[in-house]
Amino acid sequence: MLSGKKTWTALMGGLALAACASTGSSTTPSNDAAATSSVAFPSTYERRAYAPVLIRGATVFDGDGNEFANTDVTFENGRITGVGQNLAAPAGAEIVDGRGKFVTPGIIDAHSHLGDYPSPGIQANSDGNEVTQPNTAEVWAEHSVWPQDPGFQRAVAGGITALHILPGSANLFGGRGTTLRPVLGVATMQQMKFPNAPQSLKMACGENPSRVYGARNQSPATDMGNVAGWRQAFARATEYNRNLERSRAGGANAPRAPDRDLELDTLAGVLRGEIRVQWHCYRANEMAIGLDIAEEFGFQVAAFHHAVEAYKIADLLAEHGTCAAMWADWWGFKMEAYDGIRENIPFVDAPDNSCAIVHSDSAVGIQRLNQEAAKAMSDGRRAGLEISRAHAWTWLSRNPARALGIENETGTLSVGKAADVVVWSADPLSSYAVAERVYMDGALAHERGASRLPPSDFELGQTAWSTGQ
Amino acid sequence: MKWLSPALVALALAAPAAAETVLIRDGRVITNTQAGVLEGDDVLIVDNQVRAVGANIAAPQGARVIDATGKWVTPGVFAALSQIGLSEISGSGAPNDASVEGELVSAAADAGAAFDHTVTAIPVTRIEGVTRAAIAPGGANTMFSGIGALVSMSGRPDSVFRDDAFLVLQMGEAGANRTGGSRAAYWPALEAALRDAREYPGRYRSGQGGAVLNEIDAQAVQPFAQGRGLILVNVESATDIRRLIEFKRRNAQLRFVINGGSEAWEIADEVAASGIPVIIDTMQNLPGNFEQIGSRLDNAAILSRAGVRVIIASPADGHQPRLTLQQAGNAVANGMEWGAAFESITRVPAEVFGATNLGVLRAGATADVVVWDGDPLEVKSAPTAVFIEGAEQPLTSRQTMLRDRYRPGSDAVR
Repeated sequence: MLSGKKTWTALMGGLALAACASTGSSTTPSNDAAATSSVAFPSTYERRAYAPVLIRGATVFDGDGNEFANTDVTFENGRITGVGQNLAAPAGAEIVDGRGKFVTPGIIDAHSHLGDYPSPGIQANSDGNEVTQPNTAEVWAEHSVWPQDPGFQRAVAGGITALHILPGSANLFGGRGTTLRPVLGVATMQQMKFPNAPQSLKMACGENPSRVYGARNQSPATDMGNVAGWRQAFARATEYNRNLERSRAGGANAPRAPDRDLELDTLAGVLRGEIRVQWHCYRANEMAIGLDIAEEFGFQVAAFHHAVEAYKIADLLAEHGTCAAMWADWWGFKMEAYDGIRENIPFVDAPDNSCAIVHSDSAVGIQRLNQEAAKAMSDGRRAGLEISRAHAWTWLSRNPARALGIENETGTLSVGKAADVVVWSADPLSSYAVAERVYMDGALAHERGASRLPPSDFELGQTAWSTGQ
Repeated sequence: MKWLSPALVALALAAPAAAETVLIRDGRVITNTQAGVLEGDDVLIVDNQVRAVGANIAAPQGARVIDATGKWVTPGVFAALSQIGLSEISGSGAPNDASVEGELVSAAADAGAAFDHTVTAIPVTRIEGVTRAAIAPGGANTMFSGIGALVSMSGRPDSVFRDDAFLVLQMGEAGANRTGGSRAAYWPALEAALRDAREYPGRYRSGQGGAVLNEIDAQAVQPFAQGRGLILVNVESATDIRRLIEFKRRNAQLRFVINGGSEAWEIADEVAASGIPVIIDTMQNLPGNFEQIGSRLDNAAILSRAGVRVIIASPADGHQPRLTLQQAGNAVANGMEWGAAFESITRVPAEVFGATNLGVLRAGATADVVVWDGDPLEVKSAPTAVFIEGAEQPLTSRQTMLRDRYRPGSDAVR
């Protein structure tokens, strides 16, 4: 987006908006229009070296819906090497007595603003929302991440091993989201960037864009203005992609390649299936319209976030293979959150091919997503659904991994996947369980009760912080 | 689940049944008294009071008997700080009576006068075992945010059972921001405001006016400035809490309760010696700003061990006072003794706010009683019966009706 404000005048009919096919752009050079995310700001994350680990005799939730009693878990060189009984300890292994304890995959939060809205939450640190125009698809949340946010340390202590950082929700298109690992003690965002994780586009439905821009006497001021804004932007991105393809095809009449436009880069990346749509949307009617827009322009909605009314359209979401990332019980803080019910997550989970996710959107909530899942599980059971505790864990690891496109790398305790593993003091679907050991990519990232060295430069030397620690 | 006719829905949402005689039998009874925890004992409710607690109580003639075998029986939860009833929807331009703007009224803003017993958050809250709440005004342009009230979750028009229960005072950064942006100005301003209140109405009648407070606010603050009411102080840092304790030393008649207290654990013994109770958000462990650098999860546990009267509350809002229970469970997960944590959401707030007949199960106590399917501090548990002043409450809310309408496989007519 190089120019200033735009007018969101919806074009009147007649636009043939065929679904845009993928152009197989993996070979796109970085200086070309519509350069993909994979080449810019590359991850410099390095798995930390750590001894092999054998956790012995624990109750294991594998993150894929299964519970195994008295089971061992081994990992080595950052990868799960075994889940079973009487596993041999790898040479030089750290042996963890898991008897009476529970082992799960690390929790993945699909919706976080850590680093972008860090602590301390003073105005100077308010880097999460580019509230300047309704379409800021050109901004990337990763560029606002302050790795010194103490919230990352607190999140790890709650069992988080990956998290998706999204721009805020003031705009129709907030910008790109990125998946990070909460690596402590590093100085750059790139050292946290989850290798090869796809980026997302944060879109926002409803009250936020209408309120922000309506108050400026600017479009969108209504739900219908929101829809016009999305459609107009995707129409432009469709044209951008088409011109790109025609210029690449070459030949006598081939047009010059379009000038690079960072805003259209993002939207065109969505249309090519490279950037996943993560859509802030509370209401059932608005989500259904979102799915229609996705069909109109030929993209997939990876997940609706907050999705307070997702339970009203659980079947529709499942049919589209679209996830819903939800709170267990937040409601009433705005009109579009008025129909919140405690059974939202289990009701969304009920149909075949569903994808229910427990998310936080909160530096506090991210620390105890296991408790949020516990609430949803027990409320679902009281409503008559059969939900095992191991199945409830899929809402915290496998399903968010699917929504973020990292399911081949993490999210379940499967041999060959990254060793993102949490040892809990008790059944983690409880108020009283605490994460005793958190392994990220096979390395111990948190140990409860160990002396707490300041992992963040920010907390170093703060008198109040160090007193009595 | 059959669809309920509109008439039946209206019935379900109507005022709860009148108080009756109920014997709750064979539960795990948390008395919050010296009797402690009674395993497999009974609680007898007659009219609006607990008549007896103990073993093998005979059912009076006509009593309804509830079998609580395997269940927990407790006093109702007292949500120490909430804005429930002050808005139906708290944001996005919806009507909201939680805070005031403008200069006309600040300290005198009366939450009890704004409370609406019909908001849908009340049934949502009471079906989770919360029977009482202290409602606090949310803020104003001056250091005083207004006056709080104590309310029942009965949903009845007479829900406000104590007006003028406490005055809300901002201290720390929030206080400084309302007195010119510096703590250097805050303390002289507070001294002057309290002087204005004590000298009301004289100096106002003489035409001198107040140095800080207008006449309306001076009148409202007066009883609190004279020690006839509780002053709830929003304050976080150890430095500011020390100043508050020192201020109390010089103004011994003032009765304070700290709300927030992120760094209170650092000076737990000083807080204990001051006698000032502390309302804690047990999930506050982030340096949200520079006055909360020392935040940690075991704040409540440390203060409790030091002898401070700890009240656990979720951050005040109008919709989630039910999370008070999860807050207390997390205090236990971080080192607080279970009994102390449970008392911190029942007996202790009742005592501190002066409602001493609540928060306990003993003969003569007000019959706010909850039967639970498990440990109430465990997020998986839920009430199976809720009594307020002896009247059993329907376990329905707008949320449970939405649930029943959209339950998977339901044949409900939508």
